[in-house]
Amino acid sequence: MGAPKPASRPRLAVWKFASCDGCQLTLLDCEDELLSLAAKVEIAYFLEASSAPGPGPYDLSLVEGSVTTPEDAERIRHVRRVSKHLVTIGACATAGGIQALRDFADVREFASVVYARPEYIATLERSTAISANVPVDFELRGCPIDKRQLLEVITAFLTGRRPVVPGHSVCVECKARGNVCVLVAHGTPCLGPVTQAGCGALCPAFNRGCYGCFGPSETTNSAALNGRLRELGMSDPELVRIYRTFNATEEPFRRASEEAEGDA
Amino acid sequence: MTHKTIRIGGLSRVEGEGALLVRARDGRIVDLQLRIYEPPRFFEALLRGRSYTEPPDITARICGICPVAYQMSACQAIEAACGVEVTGPLRDLRLLLYYGEWIESHALHIFLLHAPDFLGYDSGIAMAADHRVHLERGLALKKAGNELVADLSGRAIHPVNVRVGGFYRIPRRQELAGAAERLRLAREHALATVTWVAGFDFPDVEHDYRFLALRHPDEYAILSGSVAVSDGTGFPVSHWPEHVVEEQVPGSTALHARLDGTGGYLVGAMARYALNSGLLSPLARSAARDAGLGEVCRNPFRSIVVRAVEIVHACDEALRIIDSYAEPDAPAVPVEPRPGVGHGASEAPRGTLYHRYRIDDDALIVEADIVPPTSQNQARIEKDLWDLVEPRLALPQEELASLCERAVRNHDPCISCSTHFLDLRLDAR
Ligand code: SF4
Ligand code: SF4
Repeated sequence: MGAPKPASRPRLAVWKFASCDGCQLTLLDCEDELLSLAAKVEIAYFLEASSAPGPGPYDLSLVEGSVTTPEDAERIRHVRRVSKHLVTIGACATAGGIQALRDFADVREFASVVYARPEYIATLERSTAISANVPVDFELRGCPIDKRQLLEVITAFLTGRRPVVPGHSVCVECKARGNVCVLVAHGTPCLGPVTQAGCGALCPAFNRGCYGCFGPSETTNSAALNGRLRELGMSDPELVRIYRTFNATEEPFRRASEEAEGDA
Repeated sequence: MTHKTIRIGGLSRVEGEGALLVRARDGRIVDLQLRIYEPPRFFEALLRGRSYTEPPDITARICGICPVAYQMSACQAIEAACGVEVTGPLRDLRLLLYYGEWIESHALHIFLLHAPDFLGYDSGIAMAADHRVHLERGLALKKAGNELVADLSGRAIHPVNVRVGGFYRIPRRQELAGAAERLRLAREHALATVTWVAGFDFPDVEHDYRFLALRHPDEYAILSGSVAVSDGTGFPVSHWPEHVVEEQVPGSTALHARLDGTGGYLVGAMARYALNSGLLSPLARSAARDAGLGEVCRNPFRSIVVRAVEIVHACDEALRIIDSYAEPDAPAVPVEPRPGVGHGASEAPRGTLYHRYRIDDDALIVEADIVPPTSQNQARIEKDLWDLVEPRLALPQEELASLCERAVRNHDPCISCSTHFLDLRLDAR
């Protein structure tokens, strides 16, 4: 950003699509690492942080947000063309985000609820993950992403290796942290068994069930979990809602919710 | 007739995306539109059919910078619908969490988004070359705010510990000792920040703002209060829909809010300060006095000083809460859902944030209305731009563009609440 730097530094770009800005803010929230990171990479394009956007190509593009408008569907193709590596950050970019709840509804009806003149609003019927639009090199989960995982991913790409990000469930992290299992001990509904690790099992540490903000883990058995959640007294509509939040269109969560919906 | 349409550049260092269109004829502006083209995300529509317990987690996702504000306004609206009020130590904990967000969000705006304008840099990070001490102070302050939020609630972005009625888990007294230590240091940083920003060179501009903010009898209102307006009118939060009407304007996905049938008004740091400065902590008040702020600040460029003063206040008050903290018996009060409507408002770092929910017999939301600060300020920001641009139409394009960007940034708009980019198109004949 700004000051002249040796040309050899890798060039980083940060892009925003439909999102809350939380995932790119995670980068600015690396207060202790920000200045040393800025010395190692050229932050060439990051509109939230700098008013001097530099032209591509970029070595690493971090993409936040989902594709929800015709212009954005075009823009992501441009981003792909000017990026050597493209990494999605967060549930919006990786799974469509909360705005993908429109996929289960009629977006015109949605628009008419929010706007008096919905015809002025250009929007797509679906909110799609970046990978549904262009090839991506890596997807980082979370709503929002975890800071340590973000630093791992940036370091890995800049040094030309694969990032080490586990695909196992929140339950594994929960055990490692020494949390009491809220599902077993308190009978609190929890999506930890089917949700990907990364947050450090935050919710159980605060006495609440996981609500799935990191999306599905590599292998999931939601039929078994649904059975248990029903035993705990969850109704089918509640089951549908618990899977339909920030990663609703991810296949394992979609299936689990549709299974409950089918029974409802 | 000559006709030119010129693209002047991109609004950066704000949240979200926008564009500015100015049309002028014979040296006068005939049309000026600040366009927000952040893609709509339809929160009010997708909240329908969700349980009354869900808005705190869902609406947090409207904004990654002020998720706590969304959580607080949402909780209070639902609690109001259910006839519950959260008081005592649980309310104090909510305030404490909110102060954390204020410190973090204001530090982000001051150091990374706003200060570079006054010092002539493209970014906060570029500023590090010549102003490292200040930038490091800013990052330390931001970190102190983030850590306070994370201590109380798991993480700084989209905290997991907030629920209708209170919290999932309350902190033990000794768990807050570390936070107190960091806040004492943060308060020193905040005082130094006030002195630093007060020394910037401010353009000589004043606007005749109509301010709107919450007012609380005993505290500088953040978490709750009734609505106060600088012309002396005011109303309880539950009367909001009768006074504030949102209009859709072509070319923008954010709605414009109008107050009592007349035009725009201003929410945010300057509004709060104008209406409530007497209730700032004594230390914050003396910092404001030393910074030369006076009773009311009408120069939007000086809002950076007001924000710095608000950080002093937030640190001070947070420390006061921690010192007198008595662990509540339960992490939350029970909230029994019942059909009805509830209104809730709180002071997000960017200004008053209003929520309303209608809940049905099945404890599901049937109607949601959310009025974020940016949509309230948008009409007023356009007026600022109008007043700024018209006498300066002859300025070189680049200069005008950067002045406009600065004028927008003064108000710390969160174009992501509706929603980084300002294309200034000047069409002058
Ligand atoms: S994934 Fe969540 S935190 Fe990240 S941009 Fe989307 S809504 Fe915000
Ligand atoms: S426990 Fe689950 S919902 Fe909570 S932060 Fe972790 S992944 Fe997200």
